[in-house]
Amino acid sequence: MTSTLTPVRSKRSALTKGQLPKYAPYVVLAAALILGAAVLALVGFNAFGWGVVSAILFAIGLVSWSAAVEGSRKAKDKLATCLVVGSFLVALLPLVSVIWTVLVNGIPGLLTPGFLSSSMNGVTGVYDRRAVEEGAPVLGGIYHALLGTVEITLLATVISVPVGLLTAIYLVEYGRDGRLARAITFFVDVMTGIPSIVAGLFAAAFFFAVVGPGTKTGAVAAVALSVLMIPVVVRSSEEMLKIVPNELREAAYALGVRKWRTIVKVVIPTAISGIASGVTLAIARVIGETAPILVTAGFATSINSNVFSGWMASLPTFIYTQILNPTSPANPDPSSQRAWGAALVLIILVMILNLGARLIARVFAPKTGR
Amino acid sequence: MSKRIDVKDLNVYYGDFLAVEDVTINIEAKSVTAFIGPSGCGKSTFLRTLNRMHEVLPGARVEGEVLLDGDNLYGPGVDPVTVRSQIGMVFQRPNPFPTMSIRDNVLAGVKLNNKKISKGEADVLVERSLKGANLWNEVKDRLDKPGSGLSGGQQQRLCIARAIAVEPQVILMDEPCSALDPISTLAIEDLINELKDQYTVVIVTHNMQQAARVSDRTAFFNIAGTGKPGKLIEVGNTHTIFSNPTQKATEDYVSGRFG
Repeated sequence: MTSTLTPVRSKRSALTKGQLPKYAPYVVLAAALILGAAVLALVGFNAFGWGVVSAILFAIGLVSWSAAVEGSRKAKDKLATCLVVGSFLVALLPLVSVIWTVLVNGIPGLLTPGFLSSSMNGVTGVYDRRAVEEGAPVLGGIYHALLGTVEITLLATVISVPVGLLTAIYLVEYGRDGRLARAITFFVDVMTGIPSIVAGLFAAAFFFAVVGPGTKTGAVAAVALSVLMIPVVVRSSEEMLKIVPNELREAAYALGVRKWRTIVKVVIPTAISGIASGVTLAIARVIGETAPILVTAGFATSINSNVFSGWMASLPTFIYTQILNPTSPANPDPSSQRAWGAALVLIILVMILNLGARLIARVFAPKTGR
Repeated sequence: MSKRIDVKDLNVYYGDFLAVEDVTINIEAKSVTAFIGPSGCGKSTFLRTLNRMHEVLPGARVEGEVLLDGDNLYGPGVDPVTVRSQIGMVFQRPNPFPTMSIRDNVLAGVKLNNKKISKGEADVLVERSLKGANLWNEVKDRLDKPGSGLSGGQQQRLCIARAIAVEPQVILMDEPCSALDPISTLAIEDLINELKDQYTVVIVTHNMQQAARVSDRTAFFNIAGTGKPGKLIEVGNTHTIFSNPTQKATEDYVSGRFG
């Protein structure tokens, strides 16, 4: 038996063009960094300019080398890759910068003993002056603000989720694109555009009119936040209900199941992961609102756990007042340390909510597998 | 546990559009009736009017009578939910509930209606329904696994098990094998043959061999052209329809000369 093997070519295959070596990007990067440093040295070195100049040099170098060796199609591909990665880095820069700044400034405040477990009740400028001049520990904490934020947001969620979810159910299951459904969709779209301070003024004016002038409580703030939350909940729940396949509804109807039972037991459980993560993201969206809380709940320095009476602190308003009106105007450092600590706590809360949304989506997602 | 269906002068509309015109047909109890015809001739639309599932689509309505053992489905005060619990349906694409296990899928008709059922009764019902759908041996060790993990043919048999668990009088099947491979199709066809001992079965199919294999009676639907209503051309014993139809159109269709 004779085999007719094609001899293996030692030379390049006829099907390929020239190729850059695997190490090409690293070489270009190193060259760009060195050259960038040299260019910057001429005008005065700074890290930011070095990064920008090096990135531009890297893109030019890699693309022109590729154009020379590999031809124009590959060069365009490299250019597109450089642009995409560059845009990603630009988008990431503010995020990393914010997290870094808040971490650096916030950790000393967060690690102060009693920061999470005490309020600002009785903490006066005297103590802050002592902390700065004599090195005494910074007193005061955010317990009252944390409590206020959690309670106000929780109440806002309790108000918004039923209203928003039921609206979404009406729009998807019953509205059938009728006149009322279209009107609701329009007004929900308008509501998403309401500036948060307007929502706060609305809630304040509403309670002034109904309960009495000067009514400022956590509940008023919760109503203001609901105005901001409801359209978000409606929108996300609506999208989630829409992607539930019609076949599942028909399957339930064909078994002699009533429409509302079909919605409650088939449609919502199928969409619950998306709805839950949408709600969590809506919470994360309103938890950092400052303006509507300032005009509705005021600000307090002591612990108030009753959302229905008395002024209430929250993390955003705490940060705002600590920065704008330091407890000791002559020695603002302890106040700004507390403000940064509160900011860090707020960011951690939002991150926990986002992670929670992912977890919820995974836990509730319809299971597959054999 | 099966009833006959008599349809008298039924017109089906989508809004102002007449989709199916003037159908009169008798569907015998404990037999398999197949609807054949070219695409868009209204077979599926007509099938859906037999358990009022067409009402799910906006603007759909009917004129005429559909009698289930003499009771008009469209009489005043008739609850479509009651109709559907007597006349079950299996769809073209298998559609088990993705959030439920195999066991819960079979019990869906009971559980979704909040009927109380003891665990023992539920076990019996699950086993009987899955055995009735020829699926028991394949899934008895994994009843708590999700139904969406089964193969397409198994999912379709799970849907049949779910339909017979509510003990209907009639089972409607809308092209139940069109998404399945030949082996799964064979399994479903065998199952249809067994089901007719207890139930009245109506099946829509594009596959004429399938109609010839599984049905006792066959109804041929046709459409004169786009935008025209579908019509029932001829109904009779399957053997007669396929070997000696009275209408020219039926003969052309079953012999493959058009459609």
